[in-house]
Amino acid sequence: MSHASEHDSSHPSPSRYVGIALILAIVTGVEVWIVYQSYLTDIMVPLLLVLSIGKFAMVVMYFMHLKFDSRLFAILFVGGLLLTLGVLTALFALFSRVYFA
Amino acid sequence: MEATIAPQHDEHATTTGLDHRKMLMWAFLGSDCLFFGSLIATYLIYRGQSIRGPFPYEVFDIPYTSVSAFVLLMSSLTMVLALSAIQRGDERNLRIWLIATAILGSVFLGGQVYEFTLFVSEGVTVKTNLFGTTFFVLTGFHGAHVTVGVFMLFTLVGASFAGNVKQHQSINVELVGLYWHFVDIVWIVIFTVVYLVEAPAIEAAKAALGH
Repeated sequence: MSHASEHDSSHPSPSRYVGIALILAIVTGVEVWIVYQSYLTDIMVPLLLVLSIGKFAMVVMYFMHLKFDSRLFAILFVGGLLLTLGVLTALFALFSRVYFA
Repeated sequence: MEATIAPQHDEHATTTGLDHRKMLMWAFLGSDCLFFGSLIATYLIYRGQSIRGPFPYEVFDIPYTSVSAFVLLMSSLTMVLALSAIQRGDERNLRIWLIATAILGSVFLGGQVYEFTLFVSEGVTVKTNLFGTTFFVLTGFHGAHVTVGVFMLFTLVGASFAGNVKQHQSINVELVGLYWHFVDIVWIVIFTVVYLVEAPAIEAAKAALGH
């Protein structure tokens, strides 16, 4: 009989966690740096979104171990995320008609 | 280098072979995405729609919030180190990292309370305008989640001192960890779409005032 423990048998080592946290801290610093660069204003929002999605994915995959865990957990979480994106899209579409018609 | 740590959970035979508590936590986190997604969407939809101020660019302090974001991000590191410790059977380091996580969470909460107090003193309340309403509801609910997380962390610390968190019970630390990392990733999104995107407007307002 397989158990939960068999799905997450290769978690990163503590030093790897520190390395990941260092990357996250550097990316946060880059985000803050970007918003003060006036020549990047036009592409600021897409840049920030890409960086924050990267941070989000790193925490989920490595700190929450979704990369190493059962795919069923990923389906539950990503399913919720996809539903959320659907709700966001629906709300933005609905209200953009109200404000920009 | 990858360590090969085999967490030893309480053994429960389940139809999926997966721990039901962990399954429940992931299902909860998936549903909580919808909750925060709706609040973030509401904030963004009403962004710039306030008829009267104070407006976000008048009250936001990006450097201050950046420090708060950094503190919460580092609490995710201490949380995962706590889990790693108990999976190795190291109860002393479990307690050290759990206490560190709870302290960092408390610092974040203290920072949020201070920020809220400052905003209220500058005239932004939940009733002032659309910005105040959507901002306080969104960040307030996130703060409530962090508060619950800090409570769970201190409960785990107490349970560990009482000798009730052993290596074979590491699933309990893992469940709290999943919740804690979730509040961190929600803040990653809030920090970007609520605070950072206002930075150019803040700078423009400062320039207009001659600062």
